[in-house]
Amino acid sequence: MSTPLLRATNLVKEFPVLGTGGLLRRPDTFRAVDDVSFEINAGDTLALVGESGSGKSTTARLAARLLDVTSGTVELDGEDVTGLGRADLRRFRSEVQVVFQDPYSSLNPRHTVERIVTAPLLYQQRSIPGGARAFTRSLMERVGLDPDHSQKYPAQFSGGQAQRIGIARALAVGPRVVVCDEAVSALDVSVQAQVINLLRELQREEGLTYLFIAHDLAVVRQIATRVAVMTQGRIVEEGDRDAVFDAPQHEYTRKLLDAVPRIRPEWERERRRNAALAAGASA
Amino acid sequence: MPRFLITRVASGLGVLLLVCLFTYLVFFALSPDPAVQICGKNCTPEVIDQIRGNLGLDQPFWTQFFHFVVGIFAGRTYGEGVGAVECAAPCLGYSFQSSQAVWDMIIQRLPVSATIAVGAAVLWLLAGLAGGLLSAVKEGTFLDRFTTGLTLTSMSIPNYVLALVLQYVLVVKLQWLPFPQAVAFADDPGQWFANFVMPWIVLAVGYAAAYTRLTRANVLDVLRENYVRTAYAKGLAQPLVWRRHALRPALTPIVTIFGMDFAGLLGGALITETVFGINGVGKMAADSIARNDQPVIMGVTLLAGFLVVVGNIVVDVVYTAIDPRVRVNA
Amino acid sequence: MTLLQVRDLTVTFPTPRGPLDAVRSLDLDLEPGGALGIVGESGSGKSMTSLAIMGLQPRAAQRTGSVRLRDQELVGLSEAELRRVRGDRIAMVFQDPLSSLNPYYTVGLQIEEAYRAHRPGTTRRVARRVAIEALERVHIRDAARRVDHYPHQFSGGMRQRVMIAMALSTEPELLIADEPTTALDVTVQAQILDLLQEIRRETGTGLVLITHDLAVVSEVTDHIVVMKDGVCVERGPVEQIFTDPRHAYTQALLDAVPRIDDEIGALRAVTAGGAGDAAANDKKDGGPA
Repeated sequence: MSTPLLRATNLVKEFPVLGTGGLLRRPDTFRAVDDVSFEINAGDTLALVGESGSGKSTTARLAARLLDVTSGTVELDGEDVTGLGRADLRRFRSEVQVVFQDPYSSLNPRHTVERIVTAPLLYQQRSIPGGARAFTRSLMERVGLDPDHSQKYPAQFSGGQAQRIGIARALAVGPRVVVCDEAVSALDVSVQAQVINLLRELQREEGLTYLFIAHDLAVVRQIATRVAVMTQGRIVEEGDRDAVFDAPQHEYTRKLLDAVPRIRPEWERERRRNAALAAGASA
Repeated sequence: MPRFLITRVASGLGVLLLVCLFTYLVFFALSPDPAVQICGKNCTPEVIDQIRGNLGLDQPFWTQFFHFVVGIFAGRTYGEGVGAVECAAPCLGYSFQSSQAVWDMIIQRLPVSATIAVGAAVLWLLAGLAGGLLSAVKEGTFLDRFTTGLTLTSMSIPNYVLALVLQYVLVVKLQWLPFPQAVAFADDPGQWFANFVMPWIVLAVGYAAAYTRLTRANVLDVLRENYVRTAYAKGLAQPLVWRRHALRPALTPIVTIFGMDFAGLLGGALITETVFGINGVGKMAADSIARNDQPVIMGVTLLAGFLVVVGNIVVDVVYTAIDPRVRVNA
Repeated sequence: MTLLQVRDLTVTFPTPRGPLDAVRSLDLDLEPGGALGIVGESGSGKSMTSLAIMGLQPRAAQRTGSVRLRDQELVGLSEAELRRVRGDRIAMVFQDPLSSLNPYYTVGLQIEEAYRAHRPGTTRRVARRVAIEALERVHIRDAARRVDHYPHQFSGGMRQRVMIAMALSTEPELLIADEPTTALDVTVQAQILDLLQEIRRETGTGLVLITHDLAVVSEVTDHIVVMKDGVCVERGPVEQIFTDPRHAYTQALLDAVPRIDDEIGALRAVTAGGAGDAAANDKKDGGPA
């Protein structure tokens, strides 16, 4: 592969520390993202993992151009998009979309699904292919929602369904990159599994590229192709998923992996055997 | 002095200067010529010009404003020679209609206004907190709904109407209260109290109603906090949970609002004092507006601004004392 | 003697559409020194169960059944009698340690107050020493100084340690921990779980651990109750639940857990008993309260 689809180079983001500035004094700054670089090839999923305060979400927001960098560059398909103005940013937004953690608070409660998912197209002053109704229906089908519910409001959906609406909204503009910022973290385990499956399916069928932000390493193992481990604003280890999980190089990665609670593998094997036996017996 | 306090005082001074500038600008533009007022009826343009020169009214705006601000700190003299008037610091201007410095006029009337303000504040705090707590404790009962209804009614009655009704009922009809006469507290505490009780009530009613609702809402909010659940889970008795874990968080925001409201009382005093004919700062302001006595209106405006700024700073200081989260960590 | 024996516990809320059971006919058993896990998704009634054991269910709710702590029946006790149990014989640790601690008081005062509530006549000096010792026991360094700090001056994990210290200050027979690590980072979670295990070992305190996280219960508890829609669907020793789950919901739940060891193809969706995505029970948290 020649150019990666999304490339971040030496990203730095500093925030002013509240209460330190004065009339004439510049406030102290806190460096949330400290010289972070990564590349994602088309069709891949790069997972940024880390604990709270590691800078992973800020990095995602920089890459999605929701925040301005302090320094560093973001490139999409080889084109520097760091300094895009309003009009060009609109074009960028049709290539890179974001799915957030809390589906309810990131969907306008007073808008119907149809209005929510067609809004990005209207902002970009693009025509809606096939009309709003038909477009919404096909989009809802793609994310596994009942297309007859296009006139309902977010509160009428369960958490998992609401997150599907969030995904549908992201897909509406036909992006190439989707940034998932803790997109499955707030969901119950059964629902979480379905949403992960959906994301994988969409990637397989439509060749989407994901930047996947998560604190849950088990979820990351299910979806990532590459993994970057962040702590204190820096990437300390990056590599192919299985390499990072099976042979972590950095001490922090090892500490993180060790801390994850897990069901004993021997119990898990026995359960599968028992399940297979039961299935065989009933067949 | 903590750093934040220095910053607050500095920015407070900045705000005051802006208030000064703004009021001065407004009155500079709107004011009838003081020279004409001083000159009286049989006046010639020459005399007016002379007075104008004397008072510095022919100078550019910025020069006049500068003199005004300097006058606040250092005092100033209007005019020269025989007709000159002294205005000692803090000189907020000079009323040529009353032939008196504005500051002196304010100082004479301030004790009365302060009595009304403090009395009303005590009254509304007591009534508001008690009503709000009671309402919260008895949430959903008849008492709660009754209190809510009462507060809504109180808030919708204009206070001049209330003043007139009270006066008619209590003084004229029932004769529970004597007609007001000017007495000092030391001379006749009973009459003194009777004089002030109606203004206190009138000024306090609206605030008391608002504070009742605020207290009730805050207490109910805090009772839903997780740390209240923790307190019960520790086995604390309800009175202690309420007293220690609910009241303090619930009442802290009220401190802020009380500071602002108290500082802004001058506006309420204007109506109350006028209706009851009490010769305080509020009534003076109202009279000055009627007479178009610009320097007095301006002086009172500045006083009001000063009180609000000081009130804000006091609130900030008090707040750091009662909420550990805003304290600066060592 | 059984430490905690719950029989037929039902918590009912009045709703416009008639009474709704947040918890229905629940039985629980915990031996002294044992650890019982209550597992379920949002809306399963697991948190309401923990509050109902303490008699802390919302005022609108009605609680029936039996809750026995050793030989004492808790259902039907007066408020005053219940208070003597709460915080003394049964202590609780909640999910979000920041909001569970009062921001206006030092952690020391909040621990002292828990202790003094059950040891009337304790002087402040003694209570303060108890507080410092409690903080030391949960491995908070420099406890003598930290005791005078406010909750916001602690990190998330440290705050949960404070909560645990507070719960332990009265040496309770039973500790109920409701999602104690859900709000914490994974490395901090591991430390808190270790701490809970250590406390069990050293003090013999019984533990009821309520969580949505199957991996966590598998590591910490010895018996498990799986709840769904207010009802226990399956119970048993931890090994049996994880190796040979009988109920379709338990099986589906275990299939849905993402494994860190392995990518396991498509995660199986939970559909048994209508617990799928389309069901209304994956609303956010807490039951119908």
